[in-house]
Amino acid sequence: MKKLALAVTVLTGVLLLYAAQDFLAWGDLQSPASASPVSKHFIADTGVDTEVPNMVTAVLADYRGFDTMFETVVIFIAGIAIIGILRRTGADADAPALKRENEIATEPDLIVTNTVRLLVPVIQLFAFYVLAHGHVSPGGGFQGGVIMGASFILVALAWDLPKAMDRLSVDRAVMLAGVGILIYAGIGLFSMLLGGEFLDYAELSHVLPVSSEMARYHAMLGVEIGVAFTVTAVMFAIYANLSTRGRLEGGL
Amino acid sequence: MTGLALFNLFILVFMVVAAVISLRVKDLLTASVVFGIYSFLMCLLWAEMGAVDVAFTEAAVGAGVSAVFLVATVFNVKRRSSD
Repeated sequence: MKKLALAVTVLTGVLLLYAAQDFLAWGDLQSPASASPVSKHFIADTGVDTEVPNMVTAVLADYRGFDTMFETVVIFIAGIAIIGILRRTGADADAPALKRENEIATEPDLIVTNTVRLLVPVIQLFAFYVLAHGHVSPGGGFQGGVIMGASFILVALAWDLPKAMDRLSVDRAVMLAGVGILIYAGIGLFSMLLGGEFLDYAELSHVLPVSSEMARYHAMLGVEIGVAFTVTAVMFAIYANLSTRGRLEGGL
Repeated sequence: MTGLALFNLFILVFMVVAAVISLRVKDLLTASVVFGIYSFLMCLLWAEMGAVDVAFTEAAVGAGVSAVFLVATVFNVKRRSSD
């Protein structure tokens, strides 16, 4: 059976390699991605429509903002599902913890904790930078949120989970994840209330003292902040449940 | 062969090596770490092709947080793979 599986895998690999010969060269101007009028439209008009220099963010947060909103919802649901599967409550939580294979019970290491003490502020500042500059340079809500979540995970790794939970408890993280989606959907609904369509940020120029292009620019920052809330909270909640088998106590 | 093509070839070969190692190795902690290396090589390749946003996401999510998730899981299960 193993030999058969190997043969099928190799055969598929050879077929894929053979088919890959028909691909256009990288960056070919005649490739569908480069030649289609859609690409030309985005390259030419993104700056005119939204004043956002980073096309990727403009496409992600404005042109297909609906898609990105539900991507955030997917992350939220993934977090909820992992908590639902792993979290132990009631009588289940009182049962004695299973002995781990390589249990190492030591004090937090002096060098590690002090390095983390120095690093965490820098990481969090960088996360804010990535978030705030998402539409000017590469970055945005997803990346900034992950970096912010990683700083909390780093605290939990260097000390133990309760130390990190003093700063952001899992219950509060779940709440923040919901708040993030509410911010995103709220901006969409608000532009609907102002007479546009859902997530049509240009309508926000009625309440903001800016042009409709700059309203899109600022609204994109708003929805990215919502995404960052959700991603930060979900990343930390997943780590907290994964590293302690849902008991939320002790270290890794 | 230009320097850039050589660099790409180098990354691609090491990606295949890292992928095979992370699938074949019995120690799951090694597999997680090598999988993180795979993600970093992927990130380099994307950055090199000009998809900086994707490379950034891969560096943060693939190489950073998911490697930590995998290590956290390995600490809670048997460390050696049984197959």
